[in-house]
Amino acid sequence: MEHSIYKYILRYSMKQQVILTVLSILSFPALYYYLELPKLIINQAIQANDISFPVEYIGFEFDQTAFLYLTVGLFLLMVIINQAFKYVINVYQGITGERMLRRLRYELYCRILRFPLPTFRKKSAGEIIPMITAEVEPLGGFIGEAFALPIFQGGYLVVIMSFLVIQNWVMALAAIALYPLQAYFIPKLQKKVNLLGKERVRLVRYLSDQLGESVSGVEEVHAHDSSGYMRALFSNQLGKIYDVRYRIYLLKFVIKFLNNFIQQLGPFFFYAIGGTMVINGSLEVGTLVAAIGAHKEMAAPWKELLAYYQRREDARIKYEQVVEQFEPVGMRDEDNQLIEPEEIPRLTGELIASNLELSDDTGNRILDGLSARLKLNQRIAIIGPAGSGREALTQVLARLIDPDRGRLIVGDLNLVTVPEAIVGRRIAYVGQHGYVFNASLGDNLFYGLRHRPLHEISYTGEAEAARLAYIRNAELSGNSTDDVDADWQDYALAGVEDQETLRDRALEVLEMVDLGDDVYRLGLRSTIDPDQEPETAELVLAARRLFFDKVEADPSLKNMIEAFDQHTYNTNASVAENLLFGTPVGDAFDLDRMAENRYVRKIIEEAGLTETFLNMGYQVATLMIELFAGLPPDHEFFQLYSFISSEDLPDYQALLGRIDADRLDTLREEDRLRLMSLPFKVIPSRHRLGVLTDDIEEKIVAARQRFAEELPAHLKSSIAFFDAEAYNPATNLQDNILFGKIAFGYAQAAEKIGTVLSQVVAEMSLRGTIIEVGLNFQVGSAGGRLSASQRQKLCIARAIIKHPDIIVLNQATSSLDLSTQVRLMKNILEEFSDRAVIWSLDHADKTLDFDCVMILKSGRVAEQGEPAKLKETSTLYKEMLAAS
Amino acid sequence: MSLKEEVEILRQIPLFAKIDPSRIKLLAFTSERLTFQPDDIVCKQGDIGDAAYFIMAGEADVIVDTPSGPLTVATLGKNDVVGEIAILIDIPRTATIKAKTELTTLKITKDVFFRMVIEFPEMAVEMMRVLAERLVRTTDDLQKAQERIRNGS
Repeated sequence: MEHSIYKYILRYSMKQQVILTVLSILSFPALYYYLELPKLIINQAIQANDISFPVEYIGFEFDQTAFLYLTVGLFLLMVIINQAFKYVINVYQGITGERMLRRLRYELYCRILRFPLPTFRKKSAGEIIPMITAEVEPLGGFIGEAFALPIFQGGYLVVIMSFLVIQNWVMALAAIALYPLQAYFIPKLQKKVNLLGKERVRLVRYLSDQLGESVSGVEEVHAHDSSGYMRALFSNQLGKIYDVRYRIYLLKFVIKFLNNFIQQLGPFFFYAIGGTMVINGSLEVGTLVAAIGAHKEMAAPWKELLAYYQRREDARIKYEQVVEQFEPVGMRDEDNQLIEPEEIPRLTGELIASNLELSDDTGNRILDGLSARLKLNQRIAIIGPAGSGREALTQVLARLIDPDRGRLIVGDLNLVTVPEAIVGRRIAYVGQHGYVFNASLGDNLFYGLRHRPLHEISYTGEAEAARLAYIRNAELSGNSTDDVDADWQDYALAGVEDQETLRDRALEVLEMVDLGDDVYRLGLRSTIDPDQEPETAELVLAARRLFFDKVEADPSLKNMIEAFDQHTYNTNASVAENLLFGTPVGDAFDLDRMAENRYVRKIIEEAGLTETFLNMGYQVATLMIELFAGLPPDHEFFQLYSFISSEDLPDYQALLGRIDADRLDTLREEDRLRLMSLPFKVIPSRHRLGVLTDDIEEKIVAARQRFAEELPAHLKSSIAFFDAEAYNPATNLQDNILFGKIAFGYAQAAEKIGTVLSQVVAEMSLRGTIIEVGLNFQVGSAGGRLSASQRQKLCIARAIIKHPDIIVLNQATSSLDLSTQVRLMKNILEEFSDRAVIWSLDHADKTLDFDCVMILKSGRVAEQGEPAKLKETSTLYKEMLAAS
Repeated sequence: MSLKEEVEILRQIPLFAKIDPSRIKLLAFTSERLTFQPDDIVCKQGDIGDAAYFIMAGEADVIVDTPSGPLTVATLGKNDVVGEIAILIDIPRTATIKAKTELTTLKITKDVFFRMVIEFPEMAVEMMRVLAERLVRTTDDLQKAQERIRNGS
């Protein structure tokens, strides 16, 4: 990368800079006339000096007034032309700057992708992120004006200067007499500011690193009560930044003071020298006024130039400081990632590693001239004590780390130099803690199949125009033009034909890594959009009918689940749910705050239920106070069982003391709301409060119909009604199949219903469909919504599904429990029966099922052979077996 | 069946007879009412007990595994309590309880039970009294049994 920001600007935006410069120069004539005209207006049009009216211009005759209008009209025209130039120049500058910024960020990002892995031990995300996001941001603005601004403002200054010189050279000299002073002192001060600026950037980077550490290590902070120390560290860092900024401010404002002072000296000289000349009659007043005006005009460009100088210095430092961070030693060549070979050769036969050497950053030899031959139809286990170089070897073999020396050869391919396109597709690597991206489970599973946009989308009409514009802009900024919306899935690599077969394969692989059940359960708890997946919705509806039939057929099950029925009160659902008879979407009908909803209150009022609700509220409140008033406020019963939180309980106590149970209709609005809110939470069969009579239930069912019928248009999207014949998009697959509430108070109801559900799923072969829905599950930041073992299994599945010739596993299952480890190992070894497995393991007893065992010691291969043979011949292997 | 009825039933149980009704109401409210179908297993011999069941309606068989197969040793009915010993001390269930008819119980979990005892010491005292009475009775029974054995031998 260019080390000077100017070289970078010229290399990538020469054309734009030339256009901007030309535009700036073109604007000068109009500028000159804009300055010239006021003199003409005052001297000739108003004072009629050196002119006799009427005058004749281009065949027209003007008297004095008309001449005045002509000149002021011209003045206005010049103003417009000037501003138009400014507008065009500014916009073009902005675009140029943004494009360059986009290019710079993209280039820096690409560099991160090519950093050698050990770099990330020294550089944290906390340092790298602000460099690309915040630090380079002001560069965009600067790049746009890098050449145009000094030329425009400098030219502007020259125009004004020449104007002044023509008017009166003595005055012109007087006006700029102090500029050399500024030009001498300000860079000196600026240099100091620059140094401080550099320091500031460094400190802020360190600060963000510290922030990142505090977030990642927050558990330790709590566990060791070290928050005080962390606060002191942070405060110390903030203090350093404060000091630097304080010094910057002092210097900055000295510069500003000097600038302003010298600028204000100008008028002083004008009035003194010019005034004397007017008194002596050697200067016209008009000229003096125009000169003062011109000098004022000069102030702006001169100020701009000085500010530009400061920005330039700032940008230069930022650019240099960022760029030097993005040139680590050993960075991979650009072509290594960009080259797409015509054919991706298979890695078969033998992998020959010879004389591999690798040192860590302290110079410690991790691999010390390691040589080995690995048959690529064998499953090979690597074992060895700590420090034997096991981990490093797997990473070198998977081509994550470049060896310092040595060769890796398969057939006639040199793996050290072949492009990533080959090693990244033919070799899979899973470390101890694989990374899961913040996307859907499926995206993560198929991540290893996305190398190039293989099946482009053909756009038409507006979409095509938008796509073309995108490509053009990306090209102008040197960015990737690949379409993220295209189908990137490399089906051929996975050994399947299309999305459908890939799905089948995914199910197979998920079962292989023991993740099938997990994804199935996630699927049951996921929602789908029936418009986008009509077939799935249809299947779920069929499952609902089958489930219903099964429950109806078994009298012992009938009481266990209460199906939603438009005309019946559901005693296992809350009053709120019974009234809504649907699932709320968004906050409009929050089940906990139903009483506050105007429409709900209106419906209750119209159903004649207001008084009933107040009564029920009164009863519930009385009971809650009776039950819970004696408990301490932090008692967990409040959270678990009470309708009223411990904070609100005293309010309700006061409320009940104040009101008369027979006069509930005269309550204040606030008290009404309090009482009304309680009955909504009542679930008759769970709470057994006895406040809901059959009569009330009937009325609520009637109100339910009205609620749906009269629902205003703007609330229609806030609720998905229960409908036995329709898929409910707001609830998950399981609730859609059950379409009812599991009854409270029946022993093992959930288990028994769960059994029926599994029968339905099995009979209809729905498992695949549900797993497919589960693949849409969003796993959260770094897979946070999955458990650690689910994440690891997902990473293993990702490696398997791309069907690599070699799978390299670096203790990939050691974080799982023992029985799962055994199961997974069996499945993986079976799957790769004719391909290569290279598996680094911590215990020798796990190696018995492999075709070959390689024992490392001090960065070299100590023994290699079949486990059965080694068991007899190798004392080292025997020792390791005995130890594990 | 509403909370009120449950409270009435609980009050007829000697353990709760002298306890303030509002406490019993809280106990009832925080407990789950559980219905078993005929032949459902309420608890199984040998399992660790985590709850006691107060029978409010229906009947249940107490079955003990013997070398010669399961043996029904008693039938419990309304107002009987099952499994209260197991929630006091950690011993496995001493018998299997199986619903004979449709059986309605109030399930009081160990957690809730202990929280109540800690919260309301009068319940603990009452509990001690009942247990002491039971101990006296058992000792008495034992004496009689021993006498019978002595007389018989």
